[in-house]
Amino acid sequence: MAERILSGSEVVLQALADQGVEVVFGYPGGAVLPLYDEIFKQNRIRHVLVRHEQAAVHAAEGYARSTGKVGVVLVTSGPGATNAVTGLTDALMDSIPVVCLTGQVPTHLIGNDAFQEADTTGITRPCTKHNYLVKNPDKLARTMHEAFHVASSGRPGPVVIDLPKDILVGKAPYLEPAQVQHRTYNPVVKGDRSQIEEAMEMLASAKKPILYCGGGVINSGTQACKLLTEFTRMTGAPITLTLMGLGAYPASDKQYLGMVGMHGTYESNMSMHDCDVMVAIGARFDDRVTGNLDFFAPNSQKIQIDIDQSSINKNVPVDIGIIGDVGHVLEDMIKVWKAKQYKIEANALDSWWKEIEGWRGKHCLSYKQPKDVIKPQHVIRSIHAATRDRKTYITTDVGQHQMWAAQHFGFEHPYEWMTSGGLGTMGYGMPAALGVQVAHPDATVVCFTGDASIMMNIQECATMTQYRLPIKTVILNNRYMGMVRQWQQLLHGSRYSESYSETLPDFVKLSEAFGFTGLTCDNPADLDDAIKKMLEIDGPVILDVAVDDKENCYPMIPSGKPHNEMLLGQETNGDEAIDSDEGMVLV
Amino acid sequence: MKETEISKHTISVLVDNESGVLARVIGLFSGRGYNIESLTVAEVDADSHQSRITVVTSGTPMVIEQIKAQLSRLVPVHKVSDLTLSGPSVERELALIKVIATGEQRVESLRIADIFKARAVDATNNSFVYEIIGSPEKINAFIKLMEPLGLSEISRTGVAAISRGTLTM
Repeated sequence: MAERILSGSEVVLQALADQGVEVVFGYPGGAVLPLYDEIFKQNRIRHVLVRHEQAAVHAAEGYARSTGKVGVVLVTSGPGATNAVTGLTDALMDSIPVVCLTGQVPTHLIGNDAFQEADTTGITRPCTKHNYLVKNPDKLARTMHEAFHVASSGRPGPVVIDLPKDILVGKAPYLEPAQVQHRTYNPVVKGDRSQIEEAMEMLASAKKPILYCGGGVINSGTQACKLLTEFTRMTGAPITLTLMGLGAYPASDKQYLGMVGMHGTYESNMSMHDCDVMVAIGARFDDRVTGNLDFFAPNSQKIQIDIDQSSINKNVPVDIGIIGDVGHVLEDMIKVWKAKQYKIEANALDSWWKEIEGWRGKHCLSYKQPKDVIKPQHVIRSIHAATRDRKTYITTDVGQHQMWAAQHFGFEHPYEWMTSGGLGTMGYGMPAALGVQVAHPDATVVCFTGDASIMMNIQECATMTQYRLPIKTVILNNRYMGMVRQWQQLLHGSRYSESYSETLPDFVKLSEAFGFTGLTCDNPADLDDAIKKMLEIDGPVILDVAVDDKENCYPMIPSGKPHNEMLLGQETNGDEAIDSDEGMVLV
Repeated sequence: MKETEISKHTISVLVDNESGVLARVIGLFSGRGYNIESLTVAEVDADSHQSRITVVTSGTPMVIEQIKAQLSRLVPVHKVSDLTLSGPSVERELALIKVIATGEQRVESLRIADIFKARAVDATNNSFVYEIIGSPEKINAFIKLMEPLGLSEISRTGVAAISRGTLTM
């Protein structure tokens, strides 16, 4: 095939188009002007102008997480790149496929402390799956295609391509995606058959099995989620999901125990603690899931399935570690289970379920909605009820509201739940919602946020207005950094150091200033009307709900405690100071 | 081996010789809190631009497994091999050692160098630079003996290693 010689910028745009990219989230600047000029001249790829580079990455994450495609970011050199770092780290922690193009000063100025120069590949090396600095125009097209392959295959993650301005302006040959193959990077997708057989034998012999599944199932795709449902029903075993896994299995199903971990349900955590065989599928034994490792599922054999070899035996040693794509491995698991006609012993399974029903009977997520003040959980449940008939996507910020959303909004399908799980980035919610709404213009997109989190990327209100993105932002406003306040109450003698939101803006006026509707609600009797009104408005809305400022998020496994020592809530053993020096040093 | 027992491992890593690859490896070790006892790197195949990194590290079996898994998932890494586990291997290091001394001390240092098969590669009236090749232990022993004899400067390459017999990476 004859080589096509284009300008560097044309190569970049052509590669994006050939990779099936429809939209780029970005912010212009000096070093990327040639690329913006090229964007101006074409109409295949849409550009969404955010108001801060961090938001560009979160928007790309929201886009990626809600579609299964790669999210694309374009920012300038120096501050553009450094502002993107939080988003990149977030995408790395949560395994979200993102390709981030950063401008760079021309190659002859690199290392000279030029204007808006930063060592972008150096800075982003630990917060990306991989990064490139393109110094040779011959490698530009190859690098672009490779980046998409690396970002989206194996365990997905963010990839940065640093593009010096002279490379963008100069000539470069173009290669089609099919002409590019990676020499070293070829992740394993098929699991080892004999290990899978061994694992199924182990599961079939279980008396107290549990399936513990995470974001890896969602990354593997909708087919993997279907297979997970099929497998779970076949085995009759209880299933729990991590924060990142919500939606991988329908929340309304009777085999589903709710979320696992620090703010997971009592029945999930007790089942994890007491199980005898645990199957971890696309989940990485995060410290928010395991609690105190010394007491984690002490009497269990463990099987772990993960595409990332380094996730296996990292925190918790397992008996069988299967490296492979969850979808492929589940397919083989189902085949083996059927072929060998495995069945978990019915009596054992029955009495296990009876035990679980006992824990379920605690109704650990219950709350009382009084007449005078709105409970935050009630807001989540009311919005869930009001949006049940619509295609709805949820994003959150980080803190109490995030946990309440995870606990009380039932997710039936994958790709509908966007949250910052690993990094815990306040300011994630609204920009992520931008990305989701751009990808799904006709769907309902709700961003649950708190009065503190919303302030961290509040500038994105302007982006919502500009692109007429009808995002419904719901602030659970308790005038505190609620989770900080909760920990201060429980671990630091109720000394609320710097966690009170002293000067919050008037969110109605703020919404109006940005050109859309702001609503408030502080009376439980008015809540449903306010939600109805919010959903009816054809445009962005911020609904500022004044909620009970004393409400804590329960159940809770305090830091350093095992699963079976959960705090259940204000009416039982919660809200008392936790006396634990060990827990104090943990985050 | 006990799960908590710390042992030393020599790990060979075959990588694409591209800019930043060493920083990726070193950053992985520092970022995740692993030890580097020694590290050597040089291109071993000019045609395919491949370099070989030899890292000597230590940790519990779980940590060593993590290190290898983390190295394996770096994009420019071709292959990771644990020479300590894969069978017998040869480990060699080169050191240049400067001894500044006169009279009996100077002569004594020459005698010891002879025993260790170290070569004097530079000499003045009151100094020698010895070149010694061997296992890190042999070099440590030589350095210890040179200490009272005017040892003034050391430069070591770190360990290069390869498995014995027909086994290859």
